[in-house]
Amino acid sequence: MSPRARQHTAGHRRNALWMAAMVHRLSGLALACFLPLHFLALGLAIDGEARLDGFLKWTANPLVKLAETGLVFLLAVHMLGGIRVLLIENMPWRDGQKNIAFAALALACVAAFAFLLRAV
Amino acid sequence: MADMIEVLLWRGKEDGRYQTFQVPQRENQTVLDVVSWVQRNADPTLSYRFACRVGVCGSCAMTVNGRPRWTCRTHTSRVVENGRLKIGPLANLPVIKDLAADLQPFFEKWQQAKGVFAPSKTRADPVETISPASAPRIAADAAIECINCAVCFAACDTVRWNEDYLGPAALNRAWTLVNDVRDAGNRERLAAVAADGGCHACHSHQSCQEHCPNKLNPTASIAGLKRRTMQAYIRGEL
Repeated sequence: MSPRARQHTAGHRRNALWMAAMVHRLSGLALACFLPLHFLALGLAIDGEARLDGFLKWTANPLVKLAETGLVFLLAVHMLGGIRVLLIENMPWRDGQKNIAFAALALACVAAFAFLLRAV
Repeated sequence: MADMIEVLLWRGKEDGRYQTFQVPQRENQTVLDVVSWVQRNADPTLSYRFACRVGVCGSCAMTVNGRPRWTCRTHTSRVVENGRLKIGPLANLPVIKDLAADLQPFFEKWQQAKGVFAPSKTRADPVETISPASAPRIAADAAIECINCAVCFAACDTVRWNEDYLGPAALNRAWTLVNDVRDAGNRERLAAVAADGGCHACHSHQSCQEHCPNKLNPTASIAGLKRRTMQAYIRGEL
């Protein structure tokens, strides 16, 4: 179907569970982008204790803590979203998937907020 | 209630365009009534498909204000947005003309999913007794009222992104047969639905369930197939 004909056919995406799948996918991509940076930071230890300590001091910066809060949110929402999908695929069907997806989102927000409270 | 609805109807094939009509708004008016009014009063060359008008045959599904719907049971009062209705052919299917989509790929996928009953007995055998309370019968019952309207097929982004994907309706049909104790074709059927483009391609968006006019849940059927094919694989049957 041509892109022009498709323009009028995206209304089905106004669906909480479609959004849940997108959140799961995009959070996974964001975490995949973060992973090389994580290994890069760990790699600083190879060059010596001082470089790693310097980097860890820099991470005490409030902006970095805020970014880490986002990271905790991404980790939690991706993990809980993944568990929801695994349960769908491997356990008997359970209705109320929208509620379960919203609960996963709420739990991820709580986890991120708890991290922020500890960090400040 | 406004006197008139501004109705935009898709005209032509894939590279068509929307044409605007003014249609009188009435009490208890369905989207199919609106399309029929245009065809009878404004442009007799308008092509669309319908048969029963009462939600049984599954012929009249179209895209209404961006969502796939059965038009014979969709009241305009529920879907009109700012006095406007935008009606097009079903997505994810070739367009024959105007509002008529070509359902051939949809039914070909039913065949690919082995959605045809494979008898295990002859007419000389006694009739199989199936308890309504048995687990397979309950599972089949939950999925069996599909009217083949292709609304789920049009609402599924996996269908849109993966042209090999069998789609919710074909897999839902396969699930009803997997739970039919009289059927003898499950080894081939499970192999068909476990292959590329089968049940394991489903992303569980549940758009099929969200849009199914008969309130079926093909995602649950597909999840059942995922479990059943996994069990068959572990047992070495696939």
